Amino acid sequence: MTTLTEFFTALMRYDFLQSALLTAVMVGIMSGIIGSFIILRGMSLMGDAISHAVLPGVAIAYMLGINILIGASLFGVLAALLIGFVATHSKVKADTSIGVVFSAFYALGFILIAMAESTTNLHHILFGNILAVSNRDIMTTAVVFAIVIMFVVAFYKELLITSFDPTFARTYGLNTQLIHYALMLVLTFVTVSALQTVGIILVVAMLITPAATAFLWTAHLGKMLVLAAGVGAVSSLVGMYLSFTLNWASGPAIVLVAALLFALSFLFSPKQSVLPLRRVRRSQS
Amino acid sequence: MLTIKNLTVAYAATPVFTDVAVTFPAGKITGIIGPNGAGKSTLIKAILGLIKVASGTVAYNDQPVQAMRKRIAYVEQRKDLDLTFPIDVLAVVMTGTYAKLGLFRNPGVAERQASLAALAQVGLSEFAHRQIGQLSGGQLQRVFVARAMVQEADIVILDEPFVGIDLPSEAAIMAILQAWRAAGKTIIVVHHDLNKVTTYFDELVIMNHGIIAAGPVAEVYTARNLTAAFSADLANVLFTPAEATS
Repeated sequence: MTTLTEFFTALMRYDFLQSALLTAVMVGIMSGIIGSFIILRGMSLMGDAISHAVLPGVAIAYMLGINILIGASLFGVLAALLIGFVATHSKVKADTSIGVVFSAFYALGFILIAMAESTTNLHHILFGNILAVSNRDIMTTAVVFAIVIMFVVAFYKELLITSFDPTFARTYGLNTQLIHYALMLVLTFVTVSALQTVGIILVVAMLITPAATAFLWTAHLGKMLVLAAGVGAVSSLVGMYLSFTLNWASGPAIVLVAALLFALSFLFSPKQSVLPLRRVRRSQS
Repeated sequence: MLTIKNLTVAYAATPVFTDVAVTFPAGKITGIIGPNGAGKSTLIKAILGLIKVASGTVAYNDQPVQAMRKRIAYVEQRKDLDLTFPIDVLAVVMTGTYAKLGLFRNPGVAERQASLAALAQVGLSEFAHRQIGQLSGGQLQRVFVARAMVQEADIVILDEPFVGIDLPSEAAIMAILQAWRAAGKTIIVVHHDLNKVTTYFDELVIMNHGIIAAGPVAEVYTARNLTAAFSADLANVLFTPAEATS
């Protein structure tokens, strides 16, 4: 346990470690919450696509010296609109449309990043660089965190009904398209924050794995959101600890912890019937 | 009274039906029957504003229906839903209150009470906190009827509500429809077969790419109309030769 003591001593001593931990936990919480809606809507691939499609926006933001949130959200929403447009105006299936659009955006992002090479590092964008989090980055993450919480609290019932029963939502006049694109916009915000902790490649893991873990434990959406946030936060904390003590890259460490929590849930959760010990509880409830 | 005039709906330039005109009276249960692909679901989707119409109008008491979406309740086919969704029975019924609440208002005590009362009426009080995937098809259908109850709509549209459900559930749902009829609501039921048409419905709309016949069941449910919509063989099974030629 000396490593744990060392970790806390270092945490007390180094500001950068505190910043890193705070950012990682905020990202864990909000990606768990937004990820819950992504998986319930059957949009895991879309989550992956949007998280990759922000890359050109990130590059352009670096080039112009503007906040990356602006560049990234522009390209995230543009990708979502384009995917929707291709899917509705051609005979190709939605997942095909997603594949075509996001890989094109991603490719464009690589070229633009290469052009902006002097000011940024592709490796950090792809895999995250949590220890280089600046005060401005923390502020950005805190703002995004606030937006995510407010969005979900304000539109909880709209998010619920459009995820569960979109046809019904449309019959009473709810604009389900607007909710969809608002969710995509918030998703791009979360992606930008998650870039710092886990990098573009692993953002999708933070969106999907904690949410999927929570899904296995509850039959109530509100509880699922809280649980997913908790799993995201714990994954970030433990992942950061492992990253510090074992000198692992922070992103992969966080994602592996989340995957481990999912694996345990897969084996032991009451919803899942892999291990036979709990059948009794469900049938008597 | 729901009035449809000159309604034309087309998918990819092929019209499903053209110039449909039909009326659904208030205080009546109206059945819609017809063979597969006759346009039954398309008609109700047009009423609900779920699909684009090429031309025509749908009006409720002379007001365009677009302006009164919240006064129409819809009980859709259960197969379209994700039954693994983390939601319990009571929460599903409460979604029926969302329309009236509007944005930024969440269901409170009154909405919860109304939802529990609706669940009691369909005989599912003890299932309030079950995840919806744990219910039988008939129980689930009653849940969606309970949701339509809390919507307090003037028009209720049900899409094949009796498909694949048990008889007690069917009877419970029929009792609710009759209560709605007594309250003067306009009730429209897309029906999947010809069973019980004469006992369940007051009015009948027979479709096959357009309206074959519409009106009181006794006048409309005839061998001639069924032959026109389905086939002569089917009409012969359901009616004696004497009736069929009349």
